[in-house]
Amino acid sequence: MQFGIFTVGDVTPDPTTGREPSEAERIKATVAIARKAEEVGLDVFATGEHHNPPFTPSSPTTLLGFIAAQTQRLILSTSTTLITTNDPVKIAEDFSVLQHLADGRVDLMLGRGNTGPVYPWFGQDIRTAVELTVEHYGLLRRLWREPVVDWSGEFRSPLQGFTLAPQPLDGVAPFVWHGSIRTPEVAELAAFYGDGFFANHIFWPASHTEQMVRLYRQRFEAHGHGSADQAIVGLGGQIFMRPNSQDAVAEFRPYFDNAPVYGHGPSLEEFTAQTPLTVGSPQQVIERTLGFREYVGDYQRQLFLIDHAGLPLKTVLEQLDLLGEQVVPVLRKEFAVGRPERVPDAPTHERLVAARRESSADGLEGGQS
Amino acid sequence: MTRLAVVSGGLREPSSTRLLADRITDAVTDRLVRKGTQATPSIVELRRFGRPIMDAMLTGFANAELEKAFDDLAEADGLIAVTPAFNASFSGLFKSFFDVLPAQTLTDMPVLIAATGGTERHSLVLEHALRPMFSYLHAVVSPTGVYAATSDFGAQDAATGLSERIAKAADDFTRLLLSCGPRVRRDAYADELTQMQKLLGDAGK
Repeated sequence: MQFGIFTVGDVTPDPTTGREPSEAERIKATVAIARKAEEVGLDVFATGEHHNPPFTPSSPTTLLGFIAAQTQRLILSTSTTLITTNDPVKIAEDFSVLQHLADGRVDLMLGRGNTGPVYPWFGQDIRTAVELTVEHYGLLRRLWREPVVDWSGEFRSPLQGFTLAPQPLDGVAPFVWHGSIRTPEVAELAAFYGDGFFANHIFWPASHTEQMVRLYRQRFEAHGHGSADQAIVGLGGQIFMRPNSQDAVAEFRPYFDNAPVYGHGPSLEEFTAQTPLTVGSPQQVIERTLGFREYVGDYQRQLFLIDHAGLPLKTVLEQLDLLGEQVVPVLRKEFAVGRPERVPDAPTHERLVAARRESSADGLEGGQS
Repeated sequence: MTRLAVVSGGLREPSSTRLLADRITDAVTDRLVRKGTQATPSIVELRRFGRPIMDAMLTGFANAELEKAFDDLAEADGLIAVTPAFNASFSGLFKSFFDVLPAQTLTDMPVLIAATGGTERHSLVLEHALRPMFSYLHAVVSPTGVYAATSDFGAQDAATGLSERIAKAADDFTRLLLSCGPRVRRDAYADELTQMQKLLGDAGK
């Protein structure tokens, strides 16, 4: 099982000091957080994509390429890459280059994006978001799999004799996750193609996640990609820890109360009861996180949000120390207990290359007989 | 059996808005029984949901109690909606409840609109505020609403005719309920899934 962090990349004033980092500081802090994630033994770093203030990550592969150069093992991913407003050709190119630079330590999570004005800024229309998603993703898959692509569709100029350069590393496309909060459409899309399904699982009740993952698993099996428990599931999670539970609550409360997404609404206590947010000791985080398996089954990837709402870099790095030293080692051990053999690990570049070799060897034998 | 949902936006207890809601509900229930149909009303008192409604507005999801109220509406065959008139419109709480109610919940739903106010001069709140909002939500708004002013509760019934107005509104709403019949709950989830399956089918593998 993979563990990591995902970031929104917001520039938010620290509510306890009023200090707002510059965009440069926030971007450099994001790099420091990613490096630290590798240092403490996490597996994945994922960045969001946003095209309006107060967010900084408008160019995710630039950021991930820079991080790739300063890390050795960390898998670089997104949360999410906008399949609607980005040109699929550019997505294919950007991630192909990143794959080569990072020696395959790359996957990506696709999402639609729900900020209306972003669509017209990129020549699109939010009212056709679902159709755009299906058409763009269909093209993206072909660009990564077919040497020469002839294509025409409704939302992009046609392609005649287009060859992606560079080709994907080792002829294997980066693994694709589809990120969702609560739309069944995304579960169906992921299941249709046998891709991964990532339930956002933060800011919302766990019942949404449970419903969506169940649907995705059923549809994954219905589409013939394997049994329901072999579908590839990822979850988000939101945590804040201190060795002493009361300290965690006291320190996090002003950040919670003023957070852009949920601040000035329910209390911290209500929100932790209603959503997977966990504020407390490492032991509490371990127990809550192990509980996720009860409603989604054995899964492949767990990403935590730890760096939003104006939390200073120093605090975030301390969270990573606690994650790496006290939480993730226990989670790795406990999640492995009782996990059936047939439940696969999260796909990595090496596993995808091996699977491809195996299936082409099978094909060869089939041809000889 | 006819399932009735009743939304009362009254803030005080006892509340004249709730009183009006109850009188209308009784009148409709009587008529349904006379037509041979049992009616089971479920009452949603908005005051109880003051904070959850605002939390839902800010976080985008409802807590368990508010979710239950949403379900009561979604499962109903008809709705009786009563608000106090505030500043020439429905109350903010009443509007906020319908702002956080999941989209499509009221589609094709027969609705009887009613309001209370200090004086009868505000009675057009029914036609200028409630009716357009419920039309926008694709409800089927009964032609006759009920407006009750403070004086309606004090004066001799015969003089202001509140009972007659309730009777007329209940007659019209009952007719509407019976002709619309049992309502099938909209399943936005299944609709979205079907749409995606169709799109993927068209796209081919």
